[in-house]
Amino acid sequence: MSAATGSDRTQPVTESRARRLRFLTDSTALIFLVLLALVAVFALVRPDAFASVNNVRNIFIGAATLLVIAVGMTFVIVSAGIDLSVGSVLVFSSVISIKVMTALGNQGWPVAIAGVAAGMAAGLAWGLLNGVLIAKARIPALIVTLGTLGAALGLAQIITGGVNLRGVPVELTEALGFGRVAGIPWLVVVAAVVTAIGIVVLRFTRFGRYTYAVGSNPEAARRAGVKVERHLIKVYALTGMLSGLAGVMSLARFSSTNIGGHLTDNLQAIAAVVIGGTSLFGGIGTVFGTVVGVFIPSVLQNGFVILRVQPFWQEVAVGVVLIAAVYIDQIKRRARERL
Amino acid sequence: MSAALLEARGIVKNYGHVQALRGADFSVEAGKVVAMVGDNGAGKSTLVKVLSGIEQPDGGEIRFEGQPVALASAARAHALGIETVYQDLALAPDLDPAANLFLGRELLRDGVLGRLGFLDNKRMQQRAEEAFADLGQTTVQQVTVPVASLSGGQRQSVAVARASAWASKVVFMDEPTAALGVVQASKVLDLIRRVRDQGIAVVLISHSMPQVFDVADRIEVLRLGQRVARFDPHEADMADIVGAMTGALEHGEASTAEPGGSSEQARQRGPSGQEDA
Repeated sequence: MSAATGSDRTQPVTESRARRLRFLTDSTALIFLVLLALVAVFALVRPDAFASVNNVRNIFIGAATLLVIAVGMTFVIVSAGIDLSVGSVLVFSSVISIKVMTALGNQGWPVAIAGVAAGMAAGLAWGLLNGVLIAKARIPALIVTLGTLGAALGLAQIITGGVNLRGVPVELTEALGFGRVAGIPWLVVVAAVVTAIGIVVLRFTRFGRYTYAVGSNPEAARRAGVKVERHLIKVYALTGMLSGLAGVMSLARFSSTNIGGHLTDNLQAIAAVVIGGTSLFGGIGTVFGTVVGVFIPSVLQNGFVILRVQPFWQEVAVGVVLIAAVYIDQIKRRARERL
Repeated sequence: MSAALLEARGIVKNYGHVQALRGADFSVEAGKVVAMVGDNGAGKSTLVKVLSGIEQPDGGEIRFEGQPVALASAARAHALGIETVYQDLALAPDLDPAANLFLGRELLRDGVLGRLGFLDNKRMQQRAEEAFADLGQTTVQQVTVPVASLSGGQRQSVAVARASAWASKVVFMDEPTAALGVVQASKVLDLIRRVRDQGIAVVLISHSMPQVFDVADRIEVLRLGQRVARFDPHEADMADIVGAMTGALEHGEASTAEPGGSSEQARQRGPSGQEDA
């Protein structure tokens, strides 16, 4: 290495070639190939069942809520944090949303829109609380969000008495819940828009750059003049708001709250983010990788059911992929640090 | 001696019960290289952080171009044209050199996209390449790979290039050659001279006496949180410096410079004081 640095390199690697090299050694590219291979295998073995329009639609609908949460989780993990509270915040937000809609009369678009806004605001509030406790009070993110995980779920159960609430306006269930635009379910459209915005913001904007910088070396970011605390609060607030949106989506899909149904959303989202090549140590990651990480478990699950493999194998397979993804990240980091 | 561009007077900084700085004085003039030397724990890095806006002093006064200033944050120091190469480099390892160079001062695209916070990466990369080329940093040619994949020397070059690219008035370099080999270290010394020749004040913190004598226009010695002596490198020798650093001179002719003495006395000691001694 010292020989290379001591002499002038007359042939700098061109940008496009560097980008291509990086793509080939990229764990996200690798995991994307794994997803493509899975899809190809299932589609070849059971083209009638797996590759049917209905089945593909079902896979996408099933993944939509988790994808919205996982986009937020990507920002959190790139900033070297963690958010265990997303599933509980989702449940809490859906409870607030339905309470607001019930109070307003359970019907009509204005009521539905108020419910959506209330759900997202509730999620935002939890996210702000997480962010302030983590950034200002300097309590570790793992502990803060473990606390809000319990608190948000507990409060949701206190408000509802532990019983799932119904009463979603039909406008909301028929549009966001079952509705389609050009054959694509609205749930999927919303998730796709959130994902696209997430990709663009993380990759191309100053907000994204600061997220990487804070996750990479917070002290360096601070000395460079980045307002680190404020940025972390924004990141957790964003994730909270997306959890709230996911709560509303879940509400529209099932026409009911689902208090017990989101206990492992946090771990599923973290697994998806990490499988997608985002480093748990922060500073590295992409939203596109997270999309792949969300679809690998859902494609596996769906494919195993169709192939009549016991679907429990999906959990085994996802566990293996998860550990492999982190192992690859570790190897890459060690190789890089040795230089 | 021309008027000081940046001057610290009687700076006090406590960490709990530990007094890192006990009334430290320091000054540097435009277009000069001042070396700040001292033993471990003398307070060099703390003084650099105070003068870079990273740490807030508990007492004392900072003057910039003759006027008292409060360096409340790194951004404030940056706005005055004060930049720092920290001992730990303070780079984000996962960002590329261009992104590190512009960290906190990103260039945004024109028009609506810019107002939405979209980065102008192309322009930042071009400007970064120019900055590295300007400073003769031929080792940093790839501005689009993560800093973590660069060698120690290249990383140091990024940090040094960043500080010198933005500094319009003062550059602090805290052990900029600590991790470098002989060839790379001499390149950094060349860089320091080039920055100085642009009329920028350079403060070099180093343990390497040969380097200090090589490049410095003045040497200021810190001991136990105070400035205890100033030397002209053409008239002092290494024994004088080491004596002041370790306190051995306290009992000799240089008794005015003892740490317990008033900072006023210490400030009056100059190169001429050495000649008398």
